[in-house]
This record gives sequence, structure tokens and C-alpha cells, in this order.
Amino acid sequence: MKDLENKHPLAIRWFHWINFPLLAVMVWSGLLIYWANPVYRIGFGNRTLVNMRVAEKTFEKANLAFRLAEGLSLHFFFMWLFAINGILYVAYTIFSGEWRYLLPDRHSWVEAIQVTLHDLHLRKEPPPQAKYNAAQRISYTAIIVMGLGSLLTGLAIYKPVQFGWLTFLFGGYQMARFFHFWITVGYVLFFVVHVAQVIKTGWNNFRAMIIGREVRTYD
Amino acid sequence: MTDEPEVPEVPEVPAEEIVISDGDTLRKAIAVHDAVVDREVRRLSRRGFVVAGIATVAAYGAWKWLRLAKREGDVPWPLRRGLEANEKVAEAYFSNRRLSREFPPSAISANARVNGGVGLQANYDPDHWRLQIEGMNGQPPASLSLADIKSFPRRDMTTELRCIEGWSIIVHWTGARLADVMAKFPPPPRTPYVAMESPGRGYYVGLDMRSCMHPQTLLAYEINGAPLSWQHGAPLRLAMPVKYGYKQIKRIATIRYTTVRPPDFWGDRGYDWYGGH
Repeated sequence: MKDLENKHPLAIRWFHWINFPLLAVMVWSGLLIYWANPVYRIGFGNRTLVNMRVAEKTFEKANLAFRLAEGLSLHFFFMWLFAINGILYVAYTIFSGEWRYLLPDRHSWVEAIQVTLHDLHLRKEPPPQAKYNAAQRISYTAIIVMGLGSLLTGLAIYKPVQFGWLTFLFGGYQMARFFHFWITVGYVLFFVVHVAQVIKTGWNNFRAMIIGREVRTYD
Repeated sequence: MTDEPEVPEVPEVPAEEIVISDGDTLRKAIAVHDAVVDREVRRLSRRGFVVAGIATVAAYGAWKWLRLAKREGDVPWPLRRGLEANEKVAEAYFSNRRLSREFPPSAISANARVNGGVGLQANYDPDHWRLQIEGMNGQPPASLSLADIKSFPRRDMTTELRCIEGWSIIVHWTGARLADVMAKFPPPPRTPYVAMESPGRGYYVGLDMRSCMHPQTLLAYEINGAPLSWQHGAPLRLAMPVKYGYKQIKRIATIRYTTVRPPDFWGDRGYDWYGGH
């Protein structure tokens, strides 16, 4: 027997889907900016595992090099839309009470490990699944914290004298840029896992992010 | 993506017909119920995906329009308006009491990186260099030698020079405060802008008056304790930690007070005119 359950409120669906292209433009323009000084790497001490750059030639072939001014003008335009959409989303979750499904609670940390083990086929029993499971609660909250981190580190880079205290708090101008960059890498990783999970979970779940309702089948 | 009223009620099945032993009747009731659910899902999906499609096309159209919009200062004009709006916000918040952080001498970068050379090529004769100040109230331009600049109180600061490319260096600057020089050669009251040019206008910047009055805005003649090198803009350059490096013009030949927003070398080439920190 089937039933139709309310899942995602209209507002959350709009915030989610508006955020997707906005974040994409922010990441892409950010890459155009980063490329003027691509200095980061993964490594420890003198050992570098991954340089966060590709060969200059490759970048030029992809027509992504020497586009700093374009990247900046896009970044400083869309930053407002990205920030406003994010702030409205957070405000909505607070006033609607949706935050109750989204914030991790004291059980979430243990349960998130169970979710991960289950997803990796290392644990048979499915973990408790409310509207969002523990791993979802943690990652959907983390992504908001990262969003705030992007806004604050961004402001620290953008106005390092007028908001000098903020720049100082992040450990200086270069450290603020460092955090700003790695948070962005975090978004990209989130995106990959998020899309993989949505594909794995199936159409019914994905459709709920469009129409708001999910079909539930009982025995 | 529109919210719909609750799923319509399942057609009534008389209670006495739902008898567990009568599997057929129960199955029939469930089939009717499921069909209603399926129909409702199809209806919601149609609406939801049509709205999603329209929104996607609209967003893509807006993006295309933005990318192809007429260019102003080498960026699409809506983005230029965006930079100017940001400038208004920044100017409203700007205060000359907020200082760029000063560092101890030990923090000075080993390599004082040299970046743009625009404006340093032509028309420079160190022996005949003069600084011209124009646009004073009904007065002829002033012409100053380096010794004249050095006669103003000597100021030292160790600050961060931030390039728009994303790198930064800590530099020790020595020079005269622009505010001190401007006090002796005052602009007309409420002059909003200052234009600066290198010899032959090879490089030029437009600056807002308040940033020029900032106590850390120096007409610098020394870098890290030595006279400015040719590449660093000898004999006199702007050191201005409230702006990106591209506003800190090297080898200044002319300072002009103006009520007309002066053009800016990189501002004409896609960058923000304001470039303020």
C-alpha cells in the first residue's frame, strides 16, 4: 500500500535549487581568481602529495587562464545573492522549525558512523532513518557552517583593513585566503558525495526535492 | 514546485467489506487507493518539473544575457554596476581611524616582489624628475623636487602589500604622508577625487579623497630601508595599504585634484575602480 508523505517544504526546495547555480558561479569565478596565484597543495613538511594546480598550458587551453578581472567582477556580484539566499534559508529553518530535522543531536555522532558503515556495506542493519539520518544531519549542518565560513573568510580577504579584526582572527590575510580556498574544496567534495547518495537512494527521493512529496510503500 | 493540498481522501470502502479473510476485497481497496496516489504523484510531478524547467531556462537566459551585455570598462555593464554598488557600501563603512596592521621588522618579506612595470619605461630622467601638483584653488601647479618631499615629516611603517592576484608581502615603507603634503598644497574644499600619473601618463590611477587622507597613505621614497629601485618606482611612489597594489602607483609625476572621477589604468581593464581594503 502506498502513501504520499510531505517531505520538503516549498521554501526549502527553492532555496536549495537557487543555491545550486549560485554556488556553481561562486566556485567557478573563485577558480578564475585562484588561478592568478595557485599556491596550495596537499602535503606535509617538504613532501607534496598533490599540488592544487594543473599545468599552465592545460589551463590556457581550457581558456581559464588570465581571467582574473572577470572572475572578480562575477564573484563580487554573485556574493550578495549567494549570501542572501543562504541567510534566508537559515532564517526559514529557524522560524519554521525545520531545524529540528537538520541539526545533529547527541545520538547523531554514533549513528552517523552506523550510516557510513551501512553505506559501505560493512554493516547489515540499516541505521535509524528519520526525515534525515544522522550522517545527513551532520553534513547538512556542516555545509551551512562552511557557508558562514566562506562569507567570513571572504570578507576578511575582501576588506582586510576595515575588517582587520576578522582578518586577524583568521590568522592574517594569507591564512584567510587559505581557509577560503579549502572550504571551497569542501563544497566540491560535498557535491560529489551528495550526488552519489541521491543517485543511490533513487528517483522517489530525488523527485521529493522537486515536488515536495515522497511516496511511501507499506507492506 | 508548488505546494498542493493534501491527497484527496481515498474512496470510502464500507468497513464491513474489509474482512481480512476476504483477500480479494482488501486487495481491491488497496489497488484503488494506490491508483489515487499514483495519479496524484503524476499530477504533482508534471507541475513540479514544468516549473523547474521554466526556472532553469530563465536562469540560463539571465546568465547568457549577463555574459553578452554591453561592456563597460571591459566587464559586462551589470557587473560594473555591481562593483560600483560595492564601492558605495565600502565608502559608507570606510573610516580613516581603521589602520592596516603594522608588523615587526622581523616579519618583512625576504623578497620584495616586483610586479607591474607599466609606466616605468618612458620619459624618465632621474636628474630632472619633479612632482607636479595640479588643481589647487585658483593657483598655478606646484612643482616639487624629491628634497621638497623629504622635507615633510618622515614616516615609517611596516605593512602588508596585497596584490589583487592573491599574493601579499610585508614591506617597510618610508616617506611623507600624502595628507601632510596635501595640507600644504590643499585641494579645493570637498574635492572628491585625486588623479595620479606616471611620466607621460604611462600608468594612471584614480583615487577617492578619503583614502588619500588615510594616515597610512605615504608618498614613499624608500623601501625596506633603501631608496626605491627603478622597478619599485623610483624616485617616488604611493604606499597605500588601504588599496590593492594596482592602485599604489610607481614613479608619480603628477597629482591632480579633480571633481571628475579620474580614469584608472586597471579600472579601464576590467578591474574594480575602487580597489579598497
